[in-house]
Amino acid sequence: MKIHEYQAKALLARYGVPVPQGEVIFTASDAASVAQRLGGGTVVVKAQIHAGGRGKGGGVKVVKNPAEAQAAAEKMIGMNLVTYQTGPSGQRVQRVLVEQGLSITRELYLGIVLDRASERLVLMVSQEGGVEIEKVAEETPEKIHKEYIHPGLGLSPFQARKLAFALGLTGPQIGQAVKMMTALYHAFIATDASLLEINPLIVTGDGNLLALDAKMNFDDNALFRHPDFNELRDPSEEDPLEVDASKYSLNYIKLDGTIGCMVNGAGLAMATMDIIKLAGGEPANFLDVGGGANAEQIKNAFRILMADRAVKAVFINIFGGILRCDILAEGVIAAVKDLGVRVPIVIRMEGTNVEQGKRMLKESGLNFATADDMSEGAAKVVAAAKGASA
Amino acid sequence: MAVLIDTSTRLLVQGITGREGTFHAKAAQAYGTTVVGGVTPGKGGTTHEGWPVFNTVEDCVTATGANASVIFVPPPGGADAILEASDAGLDLAVCITEGIPTLDMLRVFGAIRGRKTRVIGPNCPGLITAGQAKAGIIPGHICKEGRVGIVSKSGTLTYEAIHQLTKNGLGQTTCIGIGGDPLIGTSFIDALALFAADPQTEAVVMIGEIGGNAEQDAATWIKANFKKPVVGFIAGQTAPPGRRMGHAGAIIAGGKGTAAEKMDALAAAGVRVVKSPADIGAAVKELLRA
Repeated sequence: MKIHEYQAKALLARYGVPVPQGEVIFTASDAASVAQRLGGGTVVVKAQIHAGGRGKGGGVKVVKNPAEAQAAAEKMIGMNLVTYQTGPSGQRVQRVLVEQGLSITRELYLGIVLDRASERLVLMVSQEGGVEIEKVAEETPEKIHKEYIHPGLGLSPFQARKLAFALGLTGPQIGQAVKMMTALYHAFIATDASLLEINPLIVTGDGNLLALDAKMNFDDNALFRHPDFNELRDPSEEDPLEVDASKYSLNYIKLDGTIGCMVNGAGLAMATMDIIKLAGGEPANFLDVGGGANAEQIKNAFRILMADRAVKAVFINIFGGILRCDILAEGVIAAVKDLGVRVPIVIRMEGTNVEQGKRMLKESGLNFATADDMSEGAAKVVAAAKGASA
Repeated sequence: MAVLIDTSTRLLVQGITGREGTFHAKAAQAYGTTVVGGVTPGKGGTTHEGWPVFNTVEDCVTATGANASVIFVPPPGGADAILEASDAGLDLAVCITEGIPTLDMLRVFGAIRGRKTRVIGPNCPGLITAGQAKAGIIPGHICKEGRVGIVSKSGTLTYEAIHQLTKNGLGQTTCIGIGGDPLIGTSFIDALALFAADPQTEAVVMIGEIGGNAEQDAATWIKANFKKPVVGFIAGQTAPPGRRMGHAGAIIAGGKGTAAEKMDALAAAGVRVVKSPADIGAAVKELLRA
């Protein structure tokens, strides 16, 4: 789960991380009064969308007074912000953060992520802040300093000190940095975060450390421990079909192609997308109906697939283990009858009760194409989609 | 011969009185596995479907001599169930549970690495030794005793590979679903090392997916250490970056963990990499004939 910058900052401030003063607004007319409350001088107006790279796309503006803040907010709210992370369609800006302007002497980077290989959280810092850290890691990996954190011991003060020195900090900044890193680590653990990035972490004109930006993602598997995070959700950042699918425990991700896929199991669902591409088509989605799908879920899965108007044909690829092929067939037949599905459907099923399932499809009188293996199914569905759009 | 699980395995089921636990305990027994009992806290002393139920794993081990566990416990208690299995000194703990928080597993692995218990999963279909025993949810009827080992991050894609090997007349030794979470107990390398030492396993199918470095690490290890033929498939060649594809670990992050990167690494290590998941069985057949 992703949250906005202003939400991450408010959360981190509760753990003792220093952040700039600011307020989020949903209507541009509030910008001037917020800027006034912040002192009436220079403020920064920042578009709040979940994607990074906002500055380059025109989503961050430094302005000199409340009137300019108002003008900047008016331009930003409602705009379609395109960054390297949003994709070409961009993301509509619906809230902006108005923050105090600060003098900046240094821009640093700090991040906490999971390192799978060592089975440790790793705290990384770099003097190269304010830029894409992936680029720094690629081109000059020696400029990134890392400490691996023992899950039982937590972040030790000496580790934080090492990183503070590696950042070239001096004097009272060392103590500040240790305190801030410790607070960030505690926030990470307490919130079940999966990613925490402060980029940039700045040294202000008067020599203090401050989190100028903040990005936090949470582990979806741990959300049951944090019911309060529900308030942090921004549904406008999520695809409505994906939200709909999640209500029925269906794992759906919308893609750009024309062939709708319905598969059981995440690995097989990815592999089905791959084989469609190999056969010359483009998958319209990833859809994992899970290992124990019932007829009701299959029907909802169909409804969601059909709601994507780009879908020209559907490929159902099921390897029945626990999910029996006869149950699948029953669900598909019911869904097609109820929903009046208008596109060609190719079904490949294998596994438990496959003969019974195939017989049910045949006897239904509905127009299904069947396939005996994945590649035959992929070839058939790609041909069907091309025929449908011709 | 086979690896990890066979006719000598004495399996207990954590969460045996639940729907999934009951269903798969029965399926395991029907396949020939020796299922000795189960654990459901608070139901100790009762009997479920003919099996004795215990309050703790330790009690179950003492009474039944169990040496392996399969875990069907809901996600909030999943990590604790693995710890309990390890604490009771089991040789093997197979955790099927999907949805355990990553930080829970971080703490558990921080505590139990170096102990004798081998953990498979979490978020995995478990494992099966064809014709002998199974722990988990892999359907037994698609397997056939044979010559090929499987190690895979995916469930149904493993069934697909099993089916293709059976259809091609090759059969399987042991099929291990290692799981799709970012942190898992048994890696590709661990499984390959077991297959290296198993004389009955003549070739291995390795099924990976996007996310992380485990496949690249395995490629390096294969090049240096593994002499048997390997067929590899990586799921997610068409997956968009930055999206989690069903499995918690299946995500291309910061441009890293792509299928192309993994396929290149495996091919460079001498693995026969197939682009299509439909070609797995035929590729193994070809390698074993050569």
